[in-house]
Amino acid sequence: MSEQYKSSTELERAPVIEPGHTFGTVTEKISAIVLTRPASNGWFIGFGICFMLTMMLLFAIGYLFLKGIGIWGVTIPIGWGFAIVNFVWWIGIGHAGTLISAILLLLRQSWRNSINRFAEAMTLFAVASAGIFPAIHVGRPWLAYWLFPYPSTMGVWPQFRSPLMWDVFAVSTYATISALFWFMGLIPDFATLRDRSDKPALRIIYGMLSFGWRGSARHWHRYETAYLLLAGLATPLVLSVHTVVSFDFAVGIVPGWHTTIFPPYFVAGAIYSGFAMVLMLAIPIRKIYGLEDFITERHLQNSAKVMLATGLIVAYGYFIEGFMGWYSGDRYDAFTLWNRLHGPYAVPYWMLLICNIFIPQVLWIRRLRTSPIALFFISGVILVGMWLERFIIVVVSLHRDFLTSSWGMYYPTRWDWMTYIGTIGMFLAAMFLFLRILPAISIFEMRTLLPEAEVKE
Amino acid sequence: MKRDPIYGIMAEFDSAQALVDAAHATHQAGYKKIDAYSPFPVEGLAEEIGFHRDEVPLVVLIGGIVGGLTGYLMQYWMSAVDYPLNIGGKPPHSWPAFIVITFEMTILFAGISAVFGMLALNGLPMPYHPVFNVERFSSASKDRFFLIVFSTDKKYDPIATRKFLEALNPRSLSEVPS
Repeated sequence: MSEQYKSSTELERAPVIEPGHTFGTVTEKISAIVLTRPASNGWFIGFGICFMLTMMLLFAIGYLFLKGIGIWGVTIPIGWGFAIVNFVWWIGIGHAGTLISAILLLLRQSWRNSINRFAEAMTLFAVASAGIFPAIHVGRPWLAYWLFPYPSTMGVWPQFRSPLMWDVFAVSTYATISALFWFMGLIPDFATLRDRSDKPALRIIYGMLSFGWRGSARHWHRYETAYLLLAGLATPLVLSVHTVVSFDFAVGIVPGWHTTIFPPYFVAGAIYSGFAMVLMLAIPIRKIYGLEDFITERHLQNSAKVMLATGLIVAYGYFIEGFMGWYSGDRYDAFTLWNRLHGPYAVPYWMLLICNIFIPQVLWIRRLRTSPIALFFISGVILVGMWLERFIIVVVSLHRDFLTSSWGMYYPTRWDWMTYIGTIGMFLAAMFLFLRILPAISIFEMRTLLPEAEVKE
Repeated sequence: MKRDPIYGIMAEFDSAQALVDAAHATHQAGYKKIDAYSPFPVEGLAEEIGFHRDEVPLVVLIGGIVGGLTGYLMQYWMSAVDYPLNIGGKPPHSWPAFIVITFEMTILFAGISAVFGMLALNGLPMPYHPVFNVERFSSASKDRFFLIVFSTDKKYDPIATRKFLEALNPRSLSEVPS
């Protein structure tokens, strides 16, 4: 066995939990963040900034309701501006949470136990941020409920042959299932908090949230069955959601949209950006709350590998788009490719290639895969790159289509930016609250990782 | 019939292994109305206390079938029966276009059945339960393992059962008032 191979397998076996922990210490360490640790000044400053950004979001939306979507940069031919770019970006980010909690559970990747809880929280808040955009983009947002099939006095029903209707069902199912999965995982941990807390009010609140969970063997059995089945259901669901999002584009005939590579390439891009967000959240959280014992180097390394793999699938998607632009012989497709490379939006396109394809290749180097600071910045680059990808797909495809007489340009306004940055603030504010009131790591699943949890027949 | 003032006798153990062994011995000794509590799911523990019928998969299957049928029939009835609209010359009953929403509704109904079915079969929410009267039981959600023999068991006897559990070397033994 060569020296290099040996050291690589040693790193593979790096523990998911640092040695020396027991059921008691795992429980105490995670629940203390919620129950006893006082909120630091840093927390208040961070939450305060994010809360103000949330207020800015409400202001931007309030003004939008007053004035209409004319305050945004959307025009004809670019009717889908920032709203759809941000919607797809946020939904994609959410996908990593479901991948971690459901797909890795089915694949028996037990290392996921220490990051699934906050990854699921991230999913929920990302889906909430995403959900805002299509609703406020419809022009008359107070009538957004027309999207749902309810018996109205008009007697007419939604148009089920449209991908936009599919999207409504896919995203609302995704939000519901993610919330259920997350809450179900929290039930046993609520029981732990109920039993650990010494404040009567907290005992009542956590006690009610735990539904009176007492850890009976019969209950655990049904619980595990339900959890596994839910994971099995969430797995095809998460793949379907971004597939359906890609149908919003691919079913249209606009050059740059009308392609069959979209579903797999969208799903890979979603996981790519989602893992980048997981790392951007996990790296500061493990540092600040001293959770390096539970979110170890192995987690960072594995996440980096997932990013590297999905990033290469995304690169393949770009390559096929370019190839088909040439190979199809369709002059409009060929022009779309030329326009991306040399048109007025060439700078974002080249930045996209740099952020999504070239820079992440440094993840082949192990020293960078295990360096939290390097990973943090590479993840930031990927998130920017994935946002640019959606910008290119939405705006650059629409702004020059078949007829030169209907070409146009899209310039986002300050309201576009305020809404976008506002959702980032809302997302982070929700994460700040989550860290303080719920256990950020699944306590009962961490206990199962300890060697003492194993039982011989 | 007067209710027994004692709900059962509860033994506390240090490890998952000790609990599984004790549950096995107790079930073998003929006690049928017993339960075991642990801070995390312990493999094989439910089987040791004689739990074999888990209806959750059936509930999920029924939920999924109902969801799929609801999704498809809803679209069929709305688009082809109640208010057919000619859009782009597509037939009112365009089944390929209906698959996506049928699929999503299957997942939605099955997922909701999984969570609420599990809770209902477990009899939750149930904020009060006699076992919570035992003070030490609060560590059942941390690092301790408990076994209880209910007083409704046919073989239950306040003295003999206590003796039997004592022989299993528990860390502590308590009577659970009902």
